[in-house]
Amino acid sequence: MQEMVDVYFYGKKYSVPAELTIMTAMEYVGYTLKRGCGCRHGFCGACATIYRIKGKNELMTGLACQTQVVEGMYIASIPFFPSDKRTYDIEQIKPTEQIMMELYPEIYSCIGCNACTNACSQDLDVMQYIAYAQRGEYEKCAEESFDCIGCGCCMTRCPAGITHPMVGLLARRLTGKYIAPETEHLKKRVEEVRNGAYDELIEQIMCKPMTEIKELYNTREIEK
Amino acid sequence: MFTADMLESIKKVEATRAQRMKTEPRRMAAEEKDTLLKAYHPDYRTKGFTEIGIGPNKGEKVPTELGQLLHSNSRLLGKDIDLGKVDYDVDVLVIGGGGAGASAAIEAHEAGADVMIVTKLRIGDANTMMAEGGIQAADKENDSPVQHYLDAFGGGHFAAKPELLRKLVMEAPDAIQWLNQLGVMFDKDEEGNMVTTHGGGTSRKRMHACKDYSGAEIMRTLRDEVINREIPVAEFTSAVELLKDEHGQAAGAVLLNMETDDYLVARARTVIIATGGAGRLHYQDFPTSNHYGATADGLILGYRAGTPLLYQDTIQYHPTGVAYPSQIFGALVTEKVRSLGAMLVNADGEAFMHPLETRDVAAASIIRECSDRKKGVDTPLGSGVWLDTPMIEMLGGKGTIEKRIPAMLRMYMNYEIDMRKQPILIYPTLHYQNGGLEIEEDGSTKEISNLLVAGEAVGGIHGKNRLMGNSLLDIIVFGRNAGKAAAAKAKETKIGTLNLNHVVEYADELKAAGINSEDVSPLLLPNYTRHER
Repeated sequence: MQEMVDVYFYGKKYSVPAELTIMTAMEYVGYTLKRGCGCRHGFCGACATIYRIKGKNELMTGLACQTQVVEGMYIASIPFFPSDKRTYDIEQIKPTEQIMMELYPEIYSCIGCNACTNACSQDLDVMQYIAYAQRGEYEKCAEESFDCIGCGCCMTRCPAGITHPMVGLLARRLTGKYIAPETEHLKKRVEEVRNGAYDELIEQIMCKPMTEIKELYNTREIEK
Repeated sequence: MFTADMLESIKKVEATRAQRMKTEPRRMAAEEKDTLLKAYHPDYRTKGFTEIGIGPNKGEKVPTELGQLLHSNSRLLGKDIDLGKVDYDVDVLVIGGGGAGASAAIEAHEAGADVMIVTKLRIGDANTMMAEGGIQAADKENDSPVQHYLDAFGGGHFAAKPELLRKLVMEAPDAIQWLNQLGVMFDKDEEGNMVTTHGGGTSRKRMHACKDYSGAEIMRTLRDEVINREIPVAEFTSAVELLKDEHGQAAGAVLLNMETDDYLVARARTVIIATGGAGRLHYQDFPTSNHYGATADGLILGYRAGTPLLYQDTIQYHPTGVAYPSQIFGALVTEKVRSLGAMLVNADGEAFMHPLETRDVAAASIIRECSDRKKGVDTPLGSGVWLDTPMIEMLGGKGTIEKRIPAMLRMYMNYEIDMRKQPILIYPTLHYQNGGLEIEEDGSTKEISNLLVAGEAVGGIHGKNRLMGNSLLDIIVFGRNAGKAAAAKAKETKIGTLNLNHVVEYADELKAAGINSEDVSPLLLPNYTRHER
């Protein structure tokens, strides 16, 4: 006999197999998902969900595709949340403390309640990366926020109305473009290709008879 | 969280570990691989395929589920859509909001075109977001685009279209630089050198990565750039049929608002199909690592409009999908786990193959282990073999897993499996369509020059098997190219009167061929809903 648990989607009670995730349980009871369903493997943040276990006070957040159902779960999905992304020209901005102040001034209204961190579906220290952003420490902010999938659970709980994922994203783009050291070998190779250094060689390999190219492939040296 | 039987098998894996780590398993010879593939790769199981009944690829082999969609009806048949009422009027219409679509839109915008994206879910809801391991480019001293070409050409069984593969490898370094300049955070050392590893079938370490969130990091950056440029994106809006004009040119698409079921008309001077893959068709009942929206829509649209497919019968099964626990069955376990040193080990603790063979060979080898050789570990949904992840920490030092593959660690920790201490159970999962719509070097289809295709919807770039890291690369290279080409073509293209005649003609052809289907396509979303009655 399959083990079943009772869960409540938007307050309505259903009995579902205990091994299902919130997402597959919704499909099991008859929902056809359009919003609130994305990659189904924990990478896209489409399925942010808020729930409470009957009899417990704590409000929980998580991804519907990565969270197994448990008895007495009261579930509501958050398929969309009005975030506030500011637009900018990545070529024009610079990684100064000023830029965060201009684009996301509300981060300085953080009251330090830590609700964002508690809500994070990826267990990131969200409040810490916001603190780094406040101080203009973008590399640290980028590292701390790197695993963010943008589900937005943090935003839903923030009393200061901060759009945390967008702050992290800005810090990462600034870091990737301006702060991380430039890659000399990449620059050099792009230049070489542009100057036609490989044109003849690639032409040659493309024109080789099949037997020759097979031999070349099967006997090629593999870097250790 | 492992069962008692699994824990018993883990003991055998642990018992052989020290010995295994002393020797590198041998690589298979060419003939050995061919024999293995023919016997065990799902592409060789005739029962998984059917014959295409009409159109440019009539008589050719196709996966049964895709064949059914090609033989289904347009949902617009018999519907009276007022094509005179144009809802969107643009230079370039990009269908699909993944990595290829976003790259195309950015380049078209850069070239001054009036461009828009339509996507049936949200922008960024795509296989790109889920690509974990990395992106290839020959940018190191001991490497060259020619070496990259050789690896990819051989890995794809010498079937890639040479001019497309040349473009892929020659423009790879520039693609990395473009992404880096957009702010993508690649893994680098203190001097700025890229931290690169092997992938299955590579002869040089040219896999660039952003931890194991490589695709996510690329996709969220591209999405941010699309939004910064204020490129219009119509989300939850799918293209359900291409539009043509009286000259046979592509002229836009009929769109469907996924939430209200209303139809809309988009007129465009050039159209780019960037709709991605087909994992959610679950060929041969395989689980998939793909996105919810991976239902081959663009292939159906393009084929109905008269553009041929190439290699539609070659599918990539990623060797390492999750076999256990059931909640994440079929999810991708990045190849990077093997790049970092984990071996494939059977139920008896034997390393039965070199961990970095190409994906088709590795998948076939695992299937052999779990079937005829009976050396798989039983799971509630089938069986699997071990991927010996604790080796990574032994080889790379404590903390390597958390630093290099945090997403994998997190995914398993959700189910109380610590991959740093215990190996994980894997089995092949449906991962990628090697084939798709055939394109010319500039990204356009031969039949309709102002219809372009980019990304996984294209067939021919990789041949009959794709190497790890060449898909993230192809969406960028061919996405960018398609965007530039579409913007240029839009300038010299004049669109006449919109029509859907090709849809009616296709239906007539089906009828003449005696094919009667009750179903409609494109599928748009898989049917996972269970109804008790």
